[in-house]
Amino acid sequence: MSTAPQIVPMKAVETPVHLRPQRSFQGLILALQSYWADHGCVILQPYDMEVGAGTFHPATTLRALGPNRWNAAYVQPSRRPKDGRYGKNPNRLQHYYQFQVILKPSPPQLQDLYLKSLFAIGIDPLLHDIRFVEDDWESPTLGAWGLGWECWCDGMEVSQFTYFQQVAGFECAPVAGELTYGLERLAMYVQGVENVYDLNFNGRDGDDTVTYGDVFRQAEEEYSRHNFEHADIVMLFEQFRMAEAACRKYLAAGWDGAGSARRHLMAQPAYDQCIKASHVFNLLDARGAISVTERQSHILRVRELAKACGEAWLKTDGGGGLR
Amino acid sequence: MPDLLLELFSEEIPARMQARAADDLRRLVTERLVEAGLVYEGAKAFATPRRLALVVHGVPVRQPDLREEKKGPRVGAPDGAIQGFLKAAGLASITEASVQKDPRKGDFYVALIEKPGQPANEVLRALLPLVVRTFPWPKSMRWGERSARPGALSWVRPLHGIVATFGPETEEPDIVEFTLDGIASGNTTRGHRFLAPAPFTVRRFEDYAAKLEKAKVVLDPERRRDMILADARNLAFAQGFELVEDAPLLEEVAGLVEWPVTLMGAFDAAFLKIPDAVVRATIRNNQKCFVLRDPATKRLAPRFILVANTEAADGGAAIVAGNERVIRARLADAAFFYETDLKTKLEDRLPNFAQIIFHEKLGTQAQRIERIERLSVELAPVVGADQVQAQRAARLCKADLTCEVVGEFPETQGLMGRHYARAQGEAEAVARAIEDHYKPQGPNDLVPTDPVSVAVALADKIDMLVSFWAIDGKPTGSKDPYALRRAALGIIRLALVNRIPLSLHAVAAWHWENVLGQQFPAVAEKIDNLMEFFEDRLAVQLRDQKARHDLVAAVLSARSLGEGHTLISIVDRVEALGKFLDSDDGRNLLAGVKRAANILRIEEKKDKAIYSSAPDPALYRQAEEEDLAAATEIARDAARAAVATEDFAAAIAAIAKLRPHVDAFFDKVTVNVDDGALRANRLALLNAIRDATRVVADFSLVGG
Repeated sequence: MSTAPQIVPMKAVETPVHLRPQRSFQGLILALQSYWADHGCVILQPYDMEVGAGTFHPATTLRALGPNRWNAAYVQPSRRPKDGRYGKNPNRLQHYYQFQVILKPSPPQLQDLYLKSLFAIGIDPLLHDIRFVEDDWESPTLGAWGLGWECWCDGMEVSQFTYFQQVAGFECAPVAGELTYGLERLAMYVQGVENVYDLNFNGRDGDDTVTYGDVFRQAEEEYSRHNFEHADIVMLFEQFRMAEAACRKYLAAGWDGAGSARRHLMAQPAYDQCIKASHVFNLLDARGAISVTERQSHILRVRELAKACGEAWLKTDGGGGLR
Repeated sequence: MPDLLLELFSEEIPARMQARAADDLRRLVTERLVEAGLVYEGAKAFATPRRLALVVHGVPVRQPDLREEKKGPRVGAPDGAIQGFLKAAGLASITEASVQKDPRKGDFYVALIEKPGQPANEVLRALLPLVVRTFPWPKSMRWGERSARPGALSWVRPLHGIVATFGPETEEPDIVEFTLDGIASGNTTRGHRFLAPAPFTVRRFEDYAAKLEKAKVVLDPERRRDMILADARNLAFAQGFELVEDAPLLEEVAGLVEWPVTLMGAFDAAFLKIPDAVVRATIRNNQKCFVLRDPATKRLAPRFILVANTEAADGGAAIVAGNERVIRARLADAAFFYETDLKTKLEDRLPNFAQIIFHEKLGTQAQRIERIERLSVELAPVVGADQVQAQRAARLCKADLTCEVVGEFPETQGLMGRHYARAQGEAEAVARAIEDHYKPQGPNDLVPTDPVSVAVALADKIDMLVSFWAIDGKPTGSKDPYALRRAALGIIRLALVNRIPLSLHAVAAWHWENVLGQQFPAVAEKIDNLMEFFEDRLAVQLRDQKARHDLVAAVLSARSLGEGHTLISIVDRVEALGKFLDSDDGRNLLAGVKRAANILRIEEKKDKAIYSSAPDPALYRQAEEEDLAAATEIARDAARAAVATEDFAAAIAAIAKLRPHVDAFFDKVTVNVDDGALRANRLALLNAIRDATRVVADFSLVGG
C-alpha cells in the first residue's frame, strides 16, 4: 500500500529585508520586474548598445509600430553625455537606469496598473500625493510624439507616462502606452537618500553594503572627462557618417520582393546603426562640437534614418507587415 | 422643465485646457439645443482634472412642432419638376399638395409640411455624441484597442465614462442613451481617485455635485481657487508672512487637484542669497508652489505653500517632507547656476553670440547687438543719456541670454543681466538699462524713464522694426511672431511718456542707411510704409487713451510721421485741435471749412476735375474774394512756419484768423454762377481754404 506523497502547503515567501525596495536599489528593480511580469510582460534585458533613453530600445521604438500585441518591461542603462558632473552632483549622472514598460495596445486600466506598481515598491497613495501633470512627449530624433504626463510623487517627477501617437513618422495603430521610471530618483525617494551615490545598492548592512557610489562614481568621473574633454571629435564625426551610411546601406540591401509581397529582411541591423548615429551625435553635442545650425541638421539626419527604419520594420513579421 | 446633466469622465486633463474646455462644452451643447428649437433657461459648466461637467436647466420636454409651407412648381409643369417637388416635400402624390391661385404668374403647388417636434431626450441622444466627437481640444489623442480602427474616438486623454441624465426635478430622470466608441452613457461616476474610488449613481446636477463633494471632489474650479487662496493666506499669516499672490499659478494649481489640501513647507534660509526672482521661478515653475514674503523686509521668506490633491493619513507630513526634499535639490541647482554665472563677466559671454542665429536673414545675435549698440549711441543725446553708458548698456543688454539661470528660467532675462552687471561693478544706470531695455512689454507695463534705459529700449525696438521691414517681415493679420506691434507700441509709449522730441522717420532712415545699409539698401517706400504702421499703432494707442478718434485721423492725415514729425507733436496737435474745436471760433471755422470741402467734393465729382490750382486774382469780382485769398495765404504760411517749429497753438491761432473771412465769403459770394471761369476760380478759392487748414488737420475728417 503506497501512501500518496504528502503535499506540504507552501508559505508565501516574504521578501527578504535586503531585497526590499526601501533598502536596496537592486531590490527596487526586482520588485518592478516581478510586478510587470505578473501583469503579462515579457521581461527583457537591456539592449546591448549605448542609447539616450529606454525608448530607443527596439523593443519600444520598433515594436510600438504595427498591429501586433506587445507587452514588455526592461531596465535600460541610458547615456546622456551632457549630464555628466564628474561624480560631484548629487542628482545628475551621464549614465543612469530607466525602467521601461511598453504595452500595446494600451490597456484601459493603465493608470491603475501604474499606481499599483508604485504601491509594489512602497509608495502608498494614501500617504503620498500622486499627481498626473501634463507633459507631452516628443523625440525629434525618432520622429515620435505622444500625449501623457509626468507622474509626480510629493512634487517629484518619478515617471513619464505616454500614449504613443506616432513613431518614426508613422501613426501608431493601435496606440501603445509607455511608462518610464527614473530608477535612481525613485530609489532615492523610497530609501530617503539625498545623494544618488549614497543609495544602498545591495540592501546589506555594515561592511557588506555596496553603494551606488561604489559601483558608479569612478565611471561618472571617467566618462565626464571623456565626454567633455577627450572624446575624439574627428573620429566621432567619422563614426556618425559611417553609421549613417551603414544604416542606409543595410536598408537598401534588406528590401526583398515587390508589390504586396514586398518585405524587409534587415530592419533591426539597420536600426542599430540609427541608434549608433544618435549616440555619437549626443557625444559630439556634449563636446560642444556642433553649432546651432549643424545641430538641427544632424537631428534631422538621424530622424530620416529612424523613419526609414520604421518603414522597413513595418514590412517585417514583427511589424505585422507580412500578414 | 427638465434639466440635463452631462459628465465626461477621463484621465487627467491638462490644467491649462480645463477652463476653455468647460466653456466650449457649454457653448457647443447649448448652441445646438437652441438650433434644435430647445430654448433653455440657464447653463453652467465645470472642470476638474478628471471631468468636464455641464448642467443645462429648463430644457423643454420636446421640440415645438414645425409647420412649413413649401412652394412647388406651377400647375402643369413638366413631370420631372413635379417629382422633384414631391421628393423634397416628402409627399406620395401631387394630390396631397394644394394649389395656390396666382392670376399674374399662373397657379402653383404648395405643400404643407408638418414636422412634429421630437422629445428633447431624442434630440440629446443625437446631439451629445456629435459634440464629443467634434470637441475642439487644442491637442487630442487616440488610445487602446480601438485606436487601430479608422474613425476611432479622440479625446484629450482616454475617456472612461459618460453621465447623461435628463428629467424634471420631481421625477427620476431618464438616461440619455448613446454609445461612443464602446463607452455607454449612464448615471454612474466616481469620486476622488484615492479617497473615494468606488462608483456611485447620480440623478441630476444637485445630487451629483453634493455626492461628488462627499466623494472628495470639489467640482467648481472657482471654489477650488477660493479655498486654496484662503488657506494659503491663512497659513502664511499664521507664520507672520504674506502670500506672494500669483493668479496664473493659482489657476493652474486649481486645475491639478480635485480635493485641494494646502500645506506649508520650509527651505534653508541660506538659499535666499540667490536673487528672489530666481528662488521664486524655481519654486513656482518647477514645483508649482507659492512663495511667501516677509512683510518687514519685502524679501522672500524661507517657506513655500504647496497644494496637495489628497488628505493624507499622516496629516501631510510625508507630502511636506517630500516636497521640501525636491525644493532643496532644485534650489541647490539654482544656486549652482547662479554661482556659475557669476564666474563669467558679461562681456566675456559676447563672443558666443557670433554663433547664435538671431534670424536666418538678419544674421547672428552678435550682429543684432552691434546694431543696437550703434543706434543707442546715436539716440543717447536725443534722450539726454550719457553716450558712454548707453553704449555700454547696449553692448551688455543681451549678454545674460547665455547664462545658466536664464537658460533654465527664460522669464528672468534682463533681470539676471542686471544682477550680474551690478556684481561686476557696472554703473547703476547701465545695470538698470540691461533689465529695462525690454520694457514696456505690454500696454500696462511700466515705461522706463531713466535716460540710459530709454536710449537702449528705443534702440532695441527700432532695430527690430527696421530690420524686419528691411526683409519684408512685417506682421500680417493675426500673425506677428516677433511681436512687432508690441515693439511699435513700446516705442510710442517711450516717446510719449518721456516727451522725446524724436523724429521716427529720421531715426529709422538713419538706422537703415548707416547700420543695416550694407546688408539691405534703404528703400524710401519701405520707410514710409513703416511710418504708416506706426501711425496705425499710434491711432490705436490714442484711442485707448480715450482721445477722439476723428481728431486723431484728422491730424494724422494732415501731416504724417513720414514728413518727420515727432510722436509727441501729433499728440499735442490732437489736444490743441480738440481745444480749438470746443471754442466758438473753432466750431464756426469747422463749419465753414466743411462747407467748402463739401461743395468741392460735389463739384469736383460732377466736373470730373480737381480744383487745386491757385485762384487767379484777375477773376475776383467781389471784395470778399480778395479778402479770403489774402487771408488764406497769410494763414497758410503762418501755420506752416509754426508747425515747422512744432508750435501748434500758434498754428491753430493762425488758422483761426480765417473764420471771419470764410464766413463773409459764404455770406456774400455765390460759387455756382453761370460764368464758368468765375465758378472755377471760386472753387479754387475754396480749395485754398482746404489747403491752408490741412497744414494743421484734415477738417473734413472731423465729426459733428
